[in-house]
Amino acid sequence: MQSVETYNDKVVRQFTLATIFWGVIGMLVGLVIAAQLAWPALNFDIAWLSYGRLRPLHTNAVVFAFGGSGLFATSYYVVQRTCHVRLFSDRLAAFTFWGWQAVIVAAVITLPMGLTQTHEYAELIWPIDLLITAVWVTYAIVFFMTIARRRIRHIYVANWFFGAYILTIAVLHIFNNLQIPVSWTESYPIYSGAVDAMVQWWYGHNAVGFFLTAGFLGIMYYYVPKQAQRPVYSYRLSVVHFWALISIYMWAGPHHLHYTSLPDWAQSIGMVFSLILLAPSWGGMINGMMTLSGAWHKLRTDPILKFMIVSLSFYGMSTFEGPMMSIKTVNALSHYTDWTIGHVHAGALGWVAFITIGAIYSMLPKLYGAERMYSIKAIDAHFWIATIGIVLYITAMWIAGVMQGLMWRATNPDGTLTYTFIESVRQTYPYYVTRFVGGILFFSGMLIMAWNVRKTCQMGAGAPLVRVPLPAHA
Amino acid sequence: MSGGWSIYIVVLTALNLIGLIWLLLATAAKPKNPKPASETMGHVWDGDIEELNNPLPRWWFGLFVLTFIFGFGYLALYPGLGTFKGSLGWTSAGEVQAELDATHAKLESLFASFRDQPLAALVDNPAATKVGRNVFANNCAACHGSDARGATGYPNLVDGDWLYGGDPETVLASIMDGRHGMMPPMVATLPGNGVEEVANYALSLSGLAHDARLAAAGKPKFETICAACHGVDGKGNHALGAPNLTDDIWLHGNATLEGIKHTITYGANGVMPTWGPILGEDRARLAAAWILAQGKSSIESERNDAAETGAAR
Repeated sequence: MQSVETYNDKVVRQFTLATIFWGVIGMLVGLVIAAQLAWPALNFDIAWLSYGRLRPLHTNAVVFAFGGSGLFATSYYVVQRTCHVRLFSDRLAAFTFWGWQAVIVAAVITLPMGLTQTHEYAELIWPIDLLITAVWVTYAIVFFMTIARRRIRHIYVANWFFGAYILTIAVLHIFNNLQIPVSWTESYPIYSGAVDAMVQWWYGHNAVGFFLTAGFLGIMYYYVPKQAQRPVYSYRLSVVHFWALISIYMWAGPHHLHYTSLPDWAQSIGMVFSLILLAPSWGGMINGMMTLSGAWHKLRTDPILKFMIVSLSFYGMSTFEGPMMSIKTVNALSHYTDWTIGHVHAGALGWVAFITIGAIYSMLPKLYGAERMYSIKAIDAHFWIATIGIVLYITAMWIAGVMQGLMWRATNPDGTLTYTFIESVRQTYPYYVTRFVGGILFFSGMLIMAWNVRKTCQMGAGAPLVRVPLPAHA
Repeated sequence: MSGGWSIYIVVLTALNLIGLIWLLLATAAKPKNPKPASETMGHVWDGDIEELNNPLPRWWFGLFVLTFIFGFGYLALYPGLGTFKGSLGWTSAGEVQAELDATHAKLESLFASFRDQPLAALVDNPAATKVGRNVFANNCAACHGSDARGATGYPNLVDGDWLYGGDPETVLASIMDGRHGMMPPMVATLPGNGVEEVANYALSLSGLAHDARLAAAGKPKFETICAACHGVDGKGNHALGAPNLTDDIWLHGNATLEGIKHTITYGANGVMPTWGPILGEDRARLAAAWILAQGKSSIESERNDAAETGAAR
C-alpha cells in the first residue's frame, strides 16, 4: 500500500497560482499608490481610492496574499518531500487554501471601505482576525502532523524555519489582536498608550522576522540546494543561526519606537538585540551563498539561480541596513523618512519576492508535468527587468530619505527650522517619480512571469501524481 | 517598574544572551572526530538534498562575538537591564533638557540685544526682522502663508487693514494672547426677508452691485442690529475685531450676495491661538517686527505704484 502513496500537490498548485495572481494585484495597488504620491490628483477624490485606504491594501496584499500564499505553497511542497510522507489531511489542507483566500477577499473589500483596526499590518477587523486564527491553527495542525508522521528521522532544516514561522505567527496574531468588539466592524484594543504601541511593534517587527524572514529562509534552504544540485554548506552554521535568529528577533520590536514615550530601558534593549541580530541573519545568507560554491558556473546558464543568489544578496544587505538603522543616532535621521520605505522594499522586493519567484520557477514545471519552464529567456528577462526596478526603487528612496532627514533637522543660527515641511515634499518629487518607474519595471516582470507560467501549464502533461519514495535506508 | 518585573527582564535578557554564547562556543569548538570537509552529515532528503558540516566562518564568528561585546558594554553604560540605570546615568529626558538648555543659552545673547529696543524700532532693524521672518515661517506661515498675505478665513497681515488694530503693541498682544473673532448667526434676529435685505445693504456699503430697494429696506435693520459691532457707518470696530465692511477686503472670501447671506445666516468664527507660552515674548516681538516691516514695505510699494500711475496720466 505504501508504494502507491502520492504527494498532495493539488493544494500546492492552488497556492502557487494564487501567489502569482495576488502578486500581480498587490504590486498593481503598490504602483497606484506610488503614482498617487507623485501625482496626488490620481485619487480622483474618491474615498476608497484614497492613499490612506489603498496603502494597507497594498501591504496586506503583498505580505499576506502574495507572500502568504507563497509560503503555504512552498511549505506544503517542502514538508512532504523532506518528510517522505503525504500531507496530513487533504480536507484540512483544502480548508487552509479556501480559508486563506476568503481572508484576502475580505481584506480587499473591507480595507477600501475604510474598515480598519488601525494597527499597521494588523488592520483587518476582528471577524476577519477570527477567520485568520482558524486558518492558521489548521495550517499548524496540517504542518506539524505531517512532520509527526515523517518517514525520515532527521527533520530537515527548512522545516525548522517553517515550523518556527507557523508557531510564532500564531502567537503574534492572537496577542496583537486582543480586542473588545463593540459592533461587527469596530473594536477596541485591550492595551492602551505606550503598551499598545509596544505590543504592536513586537508584532510588527516579528511579522518581518518570522513571516518575511524565517518562512522565506525555509524556502531558501530547500530550493537553493535543489536548484544548485549542491549540498547545504554547513549544518552547524544552520543550528547556530536558527536558534540565534528566532530568539533575538523577539526583542527587536522597540527599535520602531525610538525617541517616543516608550521607556528608555525598552528602547536600549531593542537597539542592542537588533545589533546582535546582524550575525544570525548573515548566517542564513552565508549558508545559502556558500551552498552555491562549486556551482558558480551554473549562474551563467540558469536564471533561476540568479534570482536566488541576488535574493540572498539583498537579504544580506537589508539585514545589515536594519541593525544600522536601529542605532538610535542613525534612527534619529532615518525615522519617519522614505529611507525606511527603501529599506523595507530592499527586503520585500529583493529578498522575499525574488526567493519566492525563484522557488516557483524551480517547482512549477514539476507541478504541471513539464520538463522546464516554457521560456528560459523570459525568466532571464524577468530577472534583469526586476533587478533594475529594485535598484531604481531603493536608490531613489535612500536619497529621498537622507535628504528629508537632513532637511527636517536643519536649523538656522537663531534656533528656527531652515525648511518648512512642504519644501522637503517638493524636493522629494523627482524621487517619487523614479520610484514609480522602478515599480513599473518590477510589475512588468511579474506580468512576464504570469505569461510564462500560463504557457508552462499549457505545455505540461497535466497534473502528475508524484509517488512518495520508499523509506530511505540511509 | 516594580522589582519583580525588573528581575524578570534582567534574567530573561541574560539567559537569552548567555545561552546563545554557549551555543556559539559549543558549535565553534572542534569536533572530537572531525569528518573531512567533503563528507556530508549522512542524511538524504527528497533524493538528493544533503548537508555538509563546514566549520563556522572565522570572520562570522568574530562578528557575532563583537556584537555581543558591544551589547554588554551598551547595557552596562545605558539603561536597559530593568531598573538598572546604567553607569552613565543617561536618560532621554535628560538629553532633551540638556539640548534645550544649550540652545537657550546660545540664543540668549541674540535675543538680549533686541530686548531693550522698542518694537517700533525693531521694525526698521534688519537683524531683528531676519530672525522674525524665520520665527514667522516656522510658526505662523501654516495659516497666514509664508508671505503673510493670508488665505480665506486667515487675515492678510500686510494690507494695512487690521481687525484689532495695527499699532505695534496691539499686534504683539494679538500674537501673545491670541484672538477669538466671533460673528453670531443672525438669522433669528432678521426674520422674513431680513437676511436678503441686510446682505444687499452690506454690498452697497462697499459700492458692489446690489438691489437698491432691498438695500434701502436693510439699512434701518443694519443700523439697529449690525451696527452694534460693525458701527453705524459699517467701518467696523477694532475693540471687538469687527471687520470694516466698506472696503474691498473680505476675510471669508465672500463678496457675493450668496456669500454674505451665508455669513449673516450662520455667523463666522476666527481663532488665533495664544502663542505667548509657545514662542515667548522675545520671539513674538521679532515676528511682530517682521510682520509690521512687511506691511510697511507693501503699503509703500502700492503708494509708489499709485504715484507712478498718476504721473503717467
